Amino acid sequence: MNRIWTLVIKESRDGYRNRWVVMLTLVMTLLALTLSLLGSTPTGTTSISPLAVTVVSLSSLSIFFIPLIALLLAYDSVVGEAERGTLILLLTYPVSRTEVILGKFIAHLFLLTIAIVIGYGIAGLTISFAGEYGFADQEWESFLRLLLSSVLLGAVFLSIGYMISVAVKERTTAAAVAIGIWLLFVLLYDMGLLALLAAGSDGGINGELVKWLMLINPTDSYRMFNLTSSSDTALLSGMAGLSSEHRVSDMSLILIMLSWTIAPLVAAIAIFKRRQL
Amino acid sequence: MNNIELTSLSKFYGKTEALAAIDLAIAPGDCLALVGHNGAGKSTLIKMVLGLIRPTSGRAVVMGHDPMSAPFNRIRKKIGFLPEQVLFQNNLTGWETLTFYARLKGASLKDLEGLFHRVDLYEAMNNRISTYSKGMRQRLGLAQALIGSPELLILDEPTSGLDPASRQNVYNIINDMKRNGATILISSHALTELDDRIDRVAVLNRGKIVGLGSVAELRREINISSEIIIHAPNDTMEILSEHFEGKFFVNGAARISCPANEKISFLRELIGLDIPLSDIEVNDPSLEEIFLELARKREPEDE
Repeated sequence: MNRIWTLVIKESRDGYRNRWVVMLTLVMTLLALTLSLLGSTPTGTTSISPLAVTVVSLSSLSIFFIPLIALLLAYDSVVGEAERGTLILLLTYPVSRTEVILGKFIAHLFLLTIAIVIGYGIAGLTISFAGEYGFADQEWESFLRLLLSSVLLGAVFLSIGYMISVAVKERTTAAAVAIGIWLLFVLLYDMGLLALLAAGSDGGINGELVKWLMLINPTDSYRMFNLTSSSDTALLSGMAGLSSEHRVSDMSLILIMLSWTIAPLVAAIAIFKRRQL
Repeated sequence: MNNIELTSLSKFYGKTEALAAIDLAIAPGDCLALVGHNGAGKSTLIKMVLGLIRPTSGRAVVMGHDPMSAPFNRIRKKIGFLPEQVLFQNNLTGWETLTFYARLKGASLKDLEGLFHRVDLYEAMNNRISTYSKGMRQRLGLAQALIGSPELLILDEPTSGLDPASRQNVYNIINDMKRNGATILISSHALTELDDRIDRVAVLNRGKIVGLGSVAELRREINISSEIIIHAPNDTMEILSEHFEGKFFVNGAARISCPANEKISFLRELIGLDIPLSDIEVNDPSLEEIFLELARKREPEDE
């Protein structure tokens, strides 16, 4: 445990010195503020909480942005150290390969959490103070759900990033694979599903199957989790029409994202253990 | 008991044989140098001793344990290792870097200042590594290997990129560690400077040990001639040329090639002539020449 802690501290310090955290937080805050301030203008005098608007726009932003950042943090972590020669050195110390991966995971998740909480927190607070809508009446629960699920989304793509990083021989390969994975999950997968739906629009496609096919993708689970988090967000995102039988419980959505965190992490450790140095 | 014991250790990468049936034992307090061309198998051997890669066949026992086994993890804090090339994180300071490694080893942080002194990095200790020169980085790597006074010290090319003074310092440190009873395994191709600083040499060529022993033993074994240079007044030279016919005389000095096992009798004979000599130089073949000779001699057997 002590050793993992040592690894976590070093990795976080490195991230901090790299200006990663500062950059990340700054970009997150700016994007979040821009999106939410722009997004809140049209609500005007409607009865919808401005924070709910923020949640909807921020979750759309997160779906693209958080996986990208997580992959960028993780793709280089093992293969980069292997290229610099520090990996061989590290493994001659009394640390197991499992501890190396877990240490990196905890540190990176910590950095990501800081960036998300500060960035989105500033945006959320600004919105809730700016409008005439009462502070306590805001959709704080939805907002909290946004923060938590965003961290979880980050964890998913960190794990996937380590899996890439332990499996390839060169940094450049890792970067290419990471970008490919990102495109697949946030863009291509949904396009494929849409194509499937369009092709089967004459009724041959099982709606239930398509729904679960969609939710298998952790980014879609994340979207569903946030857009249906309250009646306001559902209304805003066009999810209100969703019949109750098509709703998926929060628990299932969280479980999907958790599995997407744990499975790649376990796979990354297993592959790492067999990696030739 | 030996600190390192390798028994017919082999390693194949696919069909390429990186190491072929290596037998090697290194006792506590022994300093052995692995020499050989790039790709001769030095790094592979070191990685197997450190438990980083699994041998294809054969057995390695390091400090009483199989390096690939779980209990070996506890032994690791007694091992210091300097990799051939290591680029520490540029944005951390030297102090932060060594603190990290000391914590992993569970070693006391109080000794770190002493280590920085020892490798002449004390002044630069709190600077970022990005400001370090190549030699300073190499010395930081060496300090890293010395954390926790290891019982087994493995140095891969420890003097690469160092100026002569720092090189000397590296060998002083190695000597100190040896005196404390540490086992030392060095890999190097800086053959000329290793000559008189190590106990034994293992010459690796294409994955095989082609020579093992002290430099003097190897010299005798392959019987490369030493060169004896005699400086003397001109009339003495004539006596010399009569006595040792067929030898070279260049620039007023007699250069006589003499097999290692005849060196003593030759010198005795020379002194016995009782002639005025101004100087005698005896140049024994360097480790480099021995190495080249060994590599050349064993070559045909491979094909």
